[in-house]
This record gives sequence, structure tokens and C-alpha cells, in this order.
Amino acid sequence: MMLTMKRRALPLAAAMALVFGAPAYAEDPGQAPQVASAAAAGTVTIDNFAFGPATLTVAPGTKVTWDNKDEEPHTVMSADGGMTFKSPALDTDDKFSFTFDKAGTYKYFCSIHPHMVGTIVVK
Amino acid sequence: MDTRRDFMKCLAWAGTGIVWSVAGGVPRAINLGGAAQAAAAPTGFSFVQISDTHMGFKADANPDPNATLQAALDKIAGLKNKPALMIHTGDVTHLSKPEQFDTADQIIKSAKLDTHFIPGEHDVIGDDGKMFFDRFGVKGAPAGGWYSFDQNGVHFIALVNVIGFGPATGGTLGKDQLEWLEGDLKGKSASTPIVVMAHIPLWPIYPQWGWTTGDAEQAFAYLKPFGSVTVLNGHIHQVVQKIEGNVTFQTAMSTAFPQPAAGAAPNPGPLKVPAEKLKSVLGIREIAYAPAAGLQLTDETLA
Repeated sequence: MMLTMKRRALPLAAAMALVFGAPAYAEDPGQAPQVASAAAAGTVTIDNFAFGPATLTVAPGTKVTWDNKDEEPHTVMSADGGMTFKSPALDTDDKFSFTFDKAGTYKYFCSIHPHMVGTIVVK
Repeated sequence: MDTRRDFMKCLAWAGTGIVWSVAGGVPRAINLGGAAQAAAAPTGFSFVQISDTHMGFKADANPDPNATLQAALDKIAGLKNKPALMIHTGDVTHLSKPEQFDTADQIIKSAKLDTHFIPGEHDVIGDDGKMFFDRFGVKGAPAGGWYSFDQNGVHFIALVNVIGFGPATGGTLGKDQLEWLEGDLKGKSASTPIVVMAHIPLWPIYPQWGWTTGDAEQAFAYLKPFGSVTVLNGHIHQVVQKIEGNVTFQTAMSTAFPQPAAGAAPNPGPLKVPAEKLKSVLGIREIAYAPAAGLQLTDETLA
């Protein structure tokens, strides 16, 4: 329920940002991350059996995309056994995205090479 | 002596086969090289193991894994003793894709052998193994897909340790499966020979690469009373053996591609060898059982 309400509220915030223009919220650090996050994106590149950056910090609402540039296939699975997010097999140049709505520290790993670990910090 | 980390590697041998005789839990190599074939006594039987067929793999290390799987099955068809059954210790597919399961099914079916499968981590990507178990699962097995069966007095236990494969534990059996195992073994005579199959090694070969199963120790507590326990694993695409008490552990070659020895490369993964060498690092295993002699393991390359 909360999630639905939050999603409905976002377009309104975005609309207000348009009305008031960028400087209006840039001066208000309390509001800025929320509005900016509506369109924010982060990328984690997978190469040579590693997630880069190993720790990525993003604002709530950011869509993070993993991009497999390795010759080997990999996966992305949240450390809670894939309850939060779980990709299909990512072959070379395959991508997987997940939008982080809630603040927190999300550890993840590759389910076929579990020595490959990474963290997304949402704050 | 602490043998926990004390294991033997049999990575190279001169001929086409290496034979291990396992009696009272202690294997002895009885024949190195040559074309020795395990001879099953009339009251015994033999079975074969294939592993890590990786259908759908298409990188340099093996441009045609379908052909090498077929070569493995041809090798099995040529064995002197017709196996009573075949086991596949996982990574049937490379990426858990429907067409890869299809290909595996078609090629393996063509061998016309009663085949018993367990999944590898490559078979459970994205769906916790639903596609795998729909096709290769055993009817009436517990929800987790593990099962057991008997053949000529040998008790086979098929474990699933790839759900929950993670950085902290490597492979995982989990509470439910361990409870099931305890129940499965209850009432069995200690003289019953046990064969355990699982994809990821059930002992710590190289935890840094996930070549271990975090909670396997509990399983071996239940297996402790048994005089002969043979653990057949896959996952690492090479033969590594360890003996601990009455338990013999042995990993198998892949039919698709080799991997580096533990720690011999920055990462595990397909190891490219010269094309003409490939078949000498791929293989199958024949296991012969005779009540008097116990189990005898023969690893044979496809060369």
C-alpha cells in the first residue's frame, strides 16, 4: 500500500520540480535527492569475475543496471537468497536492472561464482 | 592425523584410465593407464557417472559440447560391462535455458540408460530449478528435489546442494534436506554400501572459489556408522580425491571443458587447452560393485 502511494506521489513531485525549476530544489537539500532520484540511474559493470564498483551508493528510487562485459556468464542475486532481486543468466553483453526504492545496504553475489560479491548502498 | 585438508589429486595419468578399488572405504589404485576395465562379479553390477555437460556452452574452451557429450556416451556404450544405470552430477545446462534442457534431454536419452540427475548451480538460474525438476526431477521426491533409491543392495542418495549456493557457505544442503537424510538412513544396516551424489564437492577443496559445502559435516555425522560411503561430485571439472575414515570423496571430469586446479588461476572457469588435447581432459567414470570387493572406480578420458 505504501509503495503504491509513494509511486503516485512521484509524478507530482516531478511536476513541482518542473514548475519551480531546478534552482528551487537545489537550494533545499532535504528535497533534492528525492526528486533527482526519479530519473537517476546507476551502472555496475561485470568484468573479469568482478563487480565494478564493488560498492555503489545511490539515492532511493535509483534504477541500477548490471552490464556483463565478461566472456563468462554471470548472475546477480541479492544475499537474501534472491528474495529482493534475482537476475536470469547474463551472457556476455546482457544487462539486468533493479530499482532500489528503499534505503538500506543490499549485498549481492553471482549465483554461479559466489566468490563474486558486491554491495548497493541506498541512502 | 588431520586429513580434512589432506587430499590427493589425480590430474594426470599416462594412459586412458585410472582404476580405484574401494573396499572398506579405502580406495587403492590397482591399475594405472592402459585400457583396464572394471570387472563386475556376476552378483554385482556397474554404473556410470557423467557430469558438467554444460549444454549451450559456446566459448573457446569447447566449441561443440554436444559432440563431446556424444563422445562420452559412445565411450559408455563401448564399455565391456553394460551399466545398470547412469548418474549425472549436475550442470546439465550452461545457462538454464529451455532449449539447453531440450538438447541435453535428447542427447542423453539416446544412450537408453536409466539416468538419475541432480542439478548444478548452472541448472537453477533464475527459477530455483523449476525447469530442471520439471524435466529431470523424481516424482514423489520432497519439494527440494533430493531423493534416494536402491540398486543391487547399494543405497544411492541424490543430494541437492546448489540452492543457496552463496559466498558464506559455498554449497548448502539446508535443514530440511539434512532432516530427510537422517530419516532416509534410519534403520539401514551399517554394512549397506552408500553412494552419495551431489554437484558441489561435499568437502572443502577450495572454499575461496565456492568449492565446498558449508553444512556437509552434519550429513557425514549421519553417514558415520556406515562402513562404505562413496561420494561422487562434479562442479570442478577434474578428478580430485580424498579419503576420510570410511568415506571416499571423488570429483569427476566434465564432458564439456576443464577448469584450473584449485588456486592455479585468478578465477575458476573454462580452461582453454589446445584443441587436440581437449578430449584428454574430459571424461566419464565407471563404478563397478561386487559384494566381496566393494566399489571400484575407473576414470576414463575421452581421448
